[in-house]
Amino acid sequence: MKVLVCVKRVPAPGAKINIAADGQAVDTAYLAFTTSPHEECAVEAAVQLVEQHGGESTVLTLGPAEADEQLRYAASIGVNKAVLLPIDVADWDPQRTAAAITGAIRDLESAGGAFDLILFGNESADSGNFQVGVRVSHALDRPMVNGIKGIELQGDSVRAKRESEAGIEVYSVPTPCVLGVKEGINLPRYPTLKGRLASKKVEVGQVVPQGEAGGQQMVMLLQAAEQVSQTIMLGTGPEAAPAVVDLLEELGLLK
Amino acid sequence: MSVLVVIEHDRGALSAASLEALAAARSIDAEVHALTLGIAADGLAAEVGAHGAAVVHQVHHDVLSDFGPEAWGECVAQAVRALAPSAVLACGTERGNEVMAQAAARLDLPFVANCNEITVGEVWNIVRVRWGGSLLEQCTLDATTKLVSVTHHQFEAAEAPATGAAQSLSLELTSSLARTVVSDRVERAAGVTLATAPLVVGGGRGVGSAEAFAPLEELAGLLGGVVGCSRAVTNNGWRNHTDQVGQTGTRIAPDLYMACGISGAIQHWVGAMASKKILAINLDTEANMVTKADYAVIGDLHKVIPAITAEIQRRKSA
Ligand SMILES: Cc1cc2nc3c(=O)[nH]c(=O)nc-3n(C[C@H](O)[C@H](O)[C@H](O)COP(=O)(O)OP(=O)(O)OC[C@H]3O[C@@H](n4cnc5c(N)ncnc54)[C@H](O)[C@@H]3O)c2cc1C
Ligand SMILES: Nc1ncnc2c1ncn2[C@@H]1O[C@H](COP(=O)(O)O)[C@@H](O)[C@H]1O
Repeated sequence: MKVLVCVKRVPAPGAKINIAADGQAVDTAYLAFTTSPHEECAVEAAVQLVEQHGGESTVLTLGPAEADEQLRYAASIGVNKAVLLPIDVADWDPQRTAAAITGAIRDLESAGGAFDLILFGNESADSGNFQVGVRVSHALDRPMVNGIKGIELQGDSVRAKRESEAGIEVYSVPTPCVLGVKEGINLPRYPTLKGRLASKKVEVGQVVPQGEAGGQQMVMLLQAAEQVSQTIMLGTGPEAAPAVVDLLEELGLLK
Repeated sequence: MSVLVVIEHDRGALSAASLEALAAARSIDAEVHALTLGIAADGLAAEVGAHGAAVVHQVHHDVLSDFGPEAWGECVAQAVRALAPSAVLACGTERGNEVMAQAAARLDLPFVANCNEITVGEVWNIVRVRWGGSLLEQCTLDATTKLVSVTHHQFEAAEAPATGAAQSLSLELTSSLARTVVSDRVERAAGVTLATAPLVVGGGRGVGSAEAFAPLEELAGLLGGVVGCSRAVTNNGWRNHTDQVGQTGTRIAPDLYMACGISGAIQHWVGAMASKKILAINLDTEANMVTKADYAVIGDLHKVIPAITAEIQRRKSA
């Protein structure tokens, strides 16, 4: 089977997210970059499906030239092919992103055949627009379900599982289809040394992204109101236990 | 101007989040209509009316027997064409955002997810959530019909009696939409969950191994709470992802969150910040979790936790 995974390069902030002086982006001067955990799991799912059923996996991203790093990371754990849609800003709005990805998928499919399964993350880690995958699936006229924590191939359909408050929902979606993956579906492997070396040699294909600006436009980033609290020190080491239990009593948690 | 609110329900059980969406809709426009999908939701008209909907548009079709993102999204898109509201609003739950995205794709309109503040006008000015709540974004929304979801827990549900007149809305739905309708369900056993527990004992990388969670389990059990964890823990395979607190895990809101051996990275913090009180147990006085917590104990969790358990047992038997 042929599987495509779409990932996005995002900064990996630590204790706090600092905004750049112009308010247009996260200050990434001292930050590393990563992909969302949801998307890391989607990459792992793609690799596992190809291991089980044969075929080939491809990873795609729309982002700056540096997003090459995220593509090669996916290759280092076993994805076969990589495609970059280069843009000269950090991000495009979700409609424009979806249009560009849709166009690229059409190009890739007309050259190399249709993808049986296209995987997205449940939402991107930074902008969290909850829509790029849905828009792409609709443009390609393929079924899509988001929030997926289980994928099983069954002939011409995929049995996909999703958690809800009431329990687990099961969807039986005919292929070709699109799924939005949630962290927890699997435990992504770490790259082996061999994988890392191989990923350096993977040829990253390029598709020029095309899409009109959408109706949602960012003006600037704002810091969320920070909760400030004076931390009350209850003590050091096991000797603090009585003070902790006093607190539990005070909060009515000791029954 | 009128606002159409998409009512979320599960086989007829109203999602409380929809009442938040109704409250948000009232705050931007006096004329609120609601949309319920499937025959099972017909009984909701009274409650939806009591929360401010003047009209409740009810759609009936075989394909709406259970939740289906494409079927629901198609209904919203057709309702927009039929009723021409100025805006459509849903709550930014998993289903809410998915249905709005489906509708937006079908209408080829923008959709702004997880809005905290909305200022209406020809073009809307919006403050929305990014990074799961660690950061906000000010943006504009320019569209003939504005499609938005409001951040869950941002608007408070409140009664505001309105007519709630039920009206049947007939739409053309094709049976092919059934391809993404829930086909089977496995119900969960009732019990305390991470999201609802009054106490969560969270463990991070500092716990060190899967086995070393036993004392955290014991303490949580003693207090009727549950164990949570950080992503470092799930990444190491020490615990299942269902226990993960944070941006890509569960958002918790217990009376007390005991964060043990967790540094307090922003992605963990956003999942824990709704806790009423936070107690950090950490070796490092400078850890973000310690400086942000209400209470802290500095020390080795492997010694502190058993001491707390022993003290509770001592008092219980006294
Ligand atoms: C997009 C994105 C989403 C993410 N989503 C999540 C999420 O949902 N949830 C989440 O948790 N993380 C998430 N992360 C990961 C997050 O950035 C951190 O890497 C993670 O939370 C760190 O886990 P930790 O605090 O357990 O480990 P560490 O940061 O390694 O901290 C360990 C802490 O334990 C203390 N310690 C060590 N030994 C002891 C001891 N014996 N006694 C007491 N204290 C001790 C140390 O002082 C330290 O403070 C996400 C990251 C990204 C990029
Ligand atoms: N720039 C991008 N490049 C590739 N995939 C993307 C990009 N932006 C979003 N996606 C994919 O679409 C999903 C949903 O994104 P969003 O609509 O921003 O929440 C993400 O989890 C990714 O899988």
